[in-house]
Amino acid sequence: MSLLTSLARLRALEQGIAQPVATVRHCHLSERPMVFIPLKLSGEAAAPLAAMLGTDRARPRLLVVTQPRNRDLRFAWAAELAGELLPYIEGFLADTETVERRNADPYERALDAPQLIVPNPAGVAFTRLLGRSTRFRRADGPYPVPEGVPLLGRWLTYLGERAAYPGSCLMISATEELARHWASGQSALEDANLAALLAWITTGPSDDAEDPLVWPPAGPATDPGFDAEVLAPAIESGSDERVTEALRTQLEPTWRLMWQSVDLLSGLPEAPGAGQRWEQDRGSFSGMAAHLAEGAPPQPRRDGAVAAAAKLARMERAQAAYDVQRAYDDPLIMAEYRLTGEAFAGEVIETVPDNTEGEGRSRKLRPLVVIKTDDPVRLAPGTSLGTPERRGQGAELVSAGEGLVTLKITKGMGRGKTAAPGAVPEVGERVCYTSLTGDFQGSPALPEAEATPWTHGGPPPEHVPDDEDAQEEWS
Amino acid sequence: MNTLDALRGTTPPRPHDARAIAALAANPGCARRALLDGAGIDKDAVARHLGFPAPFGQSPFAITRGNLFESLVKADGCAELLRMLRELLGLPVAEVAYHDVENVGAHLRHTHTRALIDRAAREGQDAGTLYDHPLLSLEIAGHTAYLEPDVVAFQLGGRFHIVEIKSFAVVDGQADPAAVAAAARQAAVYVLALRALLEELGHDPLKVSHEVVLVCPENFANRPVASLVDVRRQLAVLRRQLARMTTLDRLLAGLPDDVTFDLRPGEDGRPTRPVAELSDALRGATARYAPDCLSTCDMCFFCRDEARQEGSSDLLGRQVRDELGGVASVAEALGLADGERDPAEGQEEIARLLRNAERLRRECLT
Repeated sequence: MSLLTSLARLRALEQGIAQPVATVRHCHLSERPMVFIPLKLSGEAAAPLAAMLGTDRARPRLLVVTQPRNRDLRFAWAAELAGELLPYIEGFLADTETVERRNADPYERALDAPQLIVPNPAGVAFTRLLGRSTRFRRADGPYPVPEGVPLLGRWLTYLGERAAYPGSCLMISATEELARHWASGQSALEDANLAALLAWITTGPSDDAEDPLVWPPAGPATDPGFDAEVLAPAIESGSDERVTEALRTQLEPTWRLMWQSVDLLSGLPEAPGAGQRWEQDRGSFSGMAAHLAEGAPPQPRRDGAVAAAAKLARMERAQAAYDVQRAYDDPLIMAEYRLTGEAFAGEVIETVPDNTEGEGRSRKLRPLVVIKTDDPVRLAPGTSLGTPERRGQGAELVSAGEGLVTLKITKGMGRGKTAAPGAVPEVGERVCYTSLTGDFQGSPALPEAEATPWTHGGPPPEHVPDDEDAQEEWS
Repeated sequence: MNTLDALRGTTPPRPHDARAIAALAANPGCARRALLDGAGIDKDAVARHLGFPAPFGQSPFAITRGNLFESLVKADGCAELLRMLRELLGLPVAEVAYHDVENVGAHLRHTHTRALIDRAAREGQDAGTLYDHPLLSLEIAGHTAYLEPDVVAFQLGGRFHIVEIKSFAVVDGQADPAAVAAAARQAAVYVLALRALLEELGHDPLKVSHEVVLVCPENFANRPVASLVDVRRQLAVLRRQLARMTTLDRLLAGLPDDVTFDLRPGEDGRPTRPVAELSDALRGATARYAPDCLSTCDMCFFCRDEARQEGSSDLLGRQVRDELGGVASVAEALGLADGERDPAEGQEEIARLLRNAERLRRECLT
């Protein structure tokens, strides 16, 4: 969190309503998102209790484990969930485009991809655990589970892991995305309560949001009072209908809040970077589908050394790209860098479009631009700069001081003797330059998994499905 | 002169547990909590009477599951626990004695625990011994708090390990970090208490290992798995916080005369104290509210309400508070940002930043 966000929180507290901290939407929103609200049984690691899900806000599907301790019912529930989620996920695989790659074979990328929206980060974590508890099962052999359950486990694992990727939108949590765009007048801890956060954004804070009788928790944990007074007696009674209706009362309010969140987010225009990141999501999704089609084994319990290092490097790059793209897409995010002196904005007061450096053949066009700014610039001469107004342009800081910054343009002016029209900003134009650029270090070369050195545990063992995995207790 | 007993008045005292002490160490600057805990006041009852009931509750499912798991681990004289300890500590334990201290009756438990631990430390028996339900004590801010852990202390050759049984799952060798951290903080309280006991008895306190044994269900089953958790960091924090904690006597002296937090329970045990009177009394003891309190302290909603009325920036969390560099109130920070208020000495830098931030926000949002 930056001082800018802190100030927005203070302002929200003063005004009694959340304040924007973004001017565009930094997440992609699917036209047909799958809202998924799982509930788990208290005290258990990953015992499902119920889920409300669907792509149509008018027709939520409610799946319930009416006797949560019954293993068979639990797998039946997982099978029902697979019956809802797998057709949704696989439905995106039919329409693809061919993507050409440098130094590699072209590949097929899905034109659109699934998007799961859960209420909060705990919902993501629970989805991942659901994936873990089902992906090693087998539909055949001595301990069979219903068809579709192991495959569901692998998709949920994939989506859960992908959610940890900065900027990925295949699975997002409502509270996190809302908090990325609005600052409430409460703490980040309290923002994890979907009802409370939404109240701040729409009508102003309300104590009802914390009353489980008005707004039941958005899961996966249920309200202890509900467990004691409603759910336990309902389960005790043995009436499936009573349990189902009890859980419906806990899920329906959240269902409405989830779609309200979708509406709020879709009210913001999508940032260009969000589209780019979604393209990567589509590529990743197609990769996973191809992986499954090739009959690859389920994701391992723990990543091998090489896989872990590669994943970490990818995530670091994704984080860096995410930060840069958001700043370039959104002046309010860029303002955070302007506040710390890593960026500045102002008016062009003088230009020397035909300035050159060097003599003879090494003579280069280096237009000079002088900008008047109120921002505290903390950049050293020679720093490479980029600008959101002209994405392909490169510049270098020449001098800065007393509200004036001189820079020279080094890249993105065309090939002619003079700069291409529009490449050099005009006097009077408002511009923004920043040391934040999209040039990242490439990832280090990593060995193949089979060549993992002994210092890192040697090659990871190959997955051999065994009955022990398939019959792992799930109590 | 105020005393802790007078502070509690006629309400029956409530014993401390390690969870409370661990939480106390998390917010050592809160005088209100220190006094309430020190006097053994039931904070939950106070909060409820004030109309700000704590948001905690435990699901009957979670309680059942926790009890079930604990009884599984402790079944047959801790047979299952012993198997795990053997593997984990690599011990050639052939036979193990088992003492359930709970059986001796509450009033004798602490003395009995002392005697047992003293003998074990002195004799350094080769045979291992498990002590179930020992009653330990810890000096908190000049007052003795008794701890009734549902844990087991295991000793072999005069060396002790604290065993903590928790029912959150360890999936593929990983558990919820927040849950592990809380367990480690609690276990550190027991380690500290046991070390204090040994020292008091004239033994080497370091006979208590800084590695505690955490027993949790493995994956999605009920089968227990034990792991060693190093609590040296938690111990250091706890020791420092306990030492630094303002002594209760000084806090007591700072209160107005004749103040009491008594609920004045009637014959049916229901509090009869007028709410306004009680909340005025409580406001006399300064609280240090932080959003973290919402997960640790029964009084959290009361203190949050107070922070709201005062317009304190504590409401927004420590991160915001730190970022504001000592500007305590919302109005003050916004006044500085709007340039309507002149910065006090030492506030020039934060005032400049806030004004700049305000200028940037306006520029971007209009």
